Amino acid sequence: MTDIAITINGTAWEGTVEPRLSLADLIRGELTLTGTHLGCEHGVCGACNVEVDGVPMRSCLMPAAAADGCAITTIEGQYGEMAERLRAAFTTHHALQCGFCTSGMMATALDILRRGLGRDEATIRRELAGNICRCTGYQGIVAAILHVAQETTP
Amino acid sequence: MKFPAFDYARPAGLDAALDLLAGEAAVLSGGQSLSPMMGFRVARPEKLVDISRLSALRGAALEPDGTLVIGAAVTHAMIEDGALPGPLGGFLARVAGGIAYRAIRNRGTIGGSLCQADPAADWPCVMSLLDAVLVLRRAGGERQVPVRAFLLGHLMTAIEPGELLTVIRIPPQPGARFGMAKSTRKLGEFAEGIAAACLTPGAARVTLGALEVPPATLAVDPALVTGPQPARLTSSPLYAAVDAALKAADATDPAGYRHHLAVLTGCRALIEAAQP
Repeated sequence: MTDIAITINGTAWEGTVEPRLSLADLIRGELTLTGTHLGCEHGVCGACNVEVDGVPMRSCLMPAAAADGCAITTIEGQYGEMAERLRAAFTTHHALQCGFCTSGMMATALDILRRGLGRDEATIRRELAGNICRCTGYQGIVAAILHVAQETTP
Repeated sequence: MKFPAFDYARPAGLDAALDLLAGEAAVLSGGQSLSPMMGFRVARPEKLVDISRLSALRGAALEPDGTLVIGAAVTHAMIEDGALPGPLGGFLARVAGGIAYRAIRNRGTIGGSLCQADPAADWPCVMSLLDAVLVLRRAGGERQVPVRAFLLGHLMTAIEPGELLTVIRIPPQPGARFGMAKSTRKLGEFAEGIAAACLTPGAARVTLGALEVPPATLAVDPALVTGPQPARLTSSPLYAAVDAALKAADATDPAGYRHHLAVLTGCRALIEAAQP
């Protein structure tokens, strides 16, 4: 067992975890933040993407013990101007159908916008390649990211 | 897939890590390959030593003679974002940006990729092209191994129990221009064909990965690389030359699709290197 201390959506959390517990299972099980989804559980689908110290990572591929000292942001903690704009744009552009991929898509989309890569469709599609939408609703997701990038770029 | 049980340690310094590795322990760097392998029970390490945050392994520098020195725990994303100084930084940033997906690149490391030694991965191919030298530390000693002697085959390297890859050293490549080409079924997946090429005023060479054997570096007549190419690359003298060189290297089934793909990506990498 390993003692860890993390910040989860701005709140400090301390606990003891088994090394084999993934960050995703800590978030969903111990912390009951079930907005983070597990799709493939081997790093392919992107549904489990969360922000670790401000950048997206696969929470299924990371032992919770390795996140000791890190600040984790899940979909439940995604507020701020860019996240609010993105939420609204997802609604406007019908960027979610079943919603399974959405929290991972949001984590990746916010990162795309923060890195200034949301201004053309080809780049967005390249950067979204690591997130799979099982409804194949990519058109709306790409349109939502493009919309926010155009809104926020002078 | 849930991980099997293992013990976890995150030592504060390099010496402590080497001491732990002297016992029965495996290295955890970014874990972007090891974690799925553990999930599938292909790998079952009893103890993992997490080296991903060791500051001694997280830097990069250019030595006075032009040698580029990269810490093994530098992530693909750091390289993509311009962490490498010197004339190779731009090319290596482009290579890093083509690895998997950003969420993987934020955690995966260059040293981890080299020690994983997947023939279809980017760094084994590119570091073979650049004649990189790997520094392997153990408690009480170190040795330097050229990457071409380090990579032994599919997921096999010359690293020994107790050793840790700490530093990648890339010799200066004066006047060189570079190219890279990949063929993947889906963007971000491991490549079915991968090639990196280097063009200098008097020579051209190309390294082909995604073979059954370690990356193969082939010399090509530079006159075939510069100048216009036919619309169908497969009918070019360049294709014939790379095809012949790969057949001579005896690394593929010459009648197979993978052979064709290796030659084709090799040509594309060489042609890119020749672009002004």
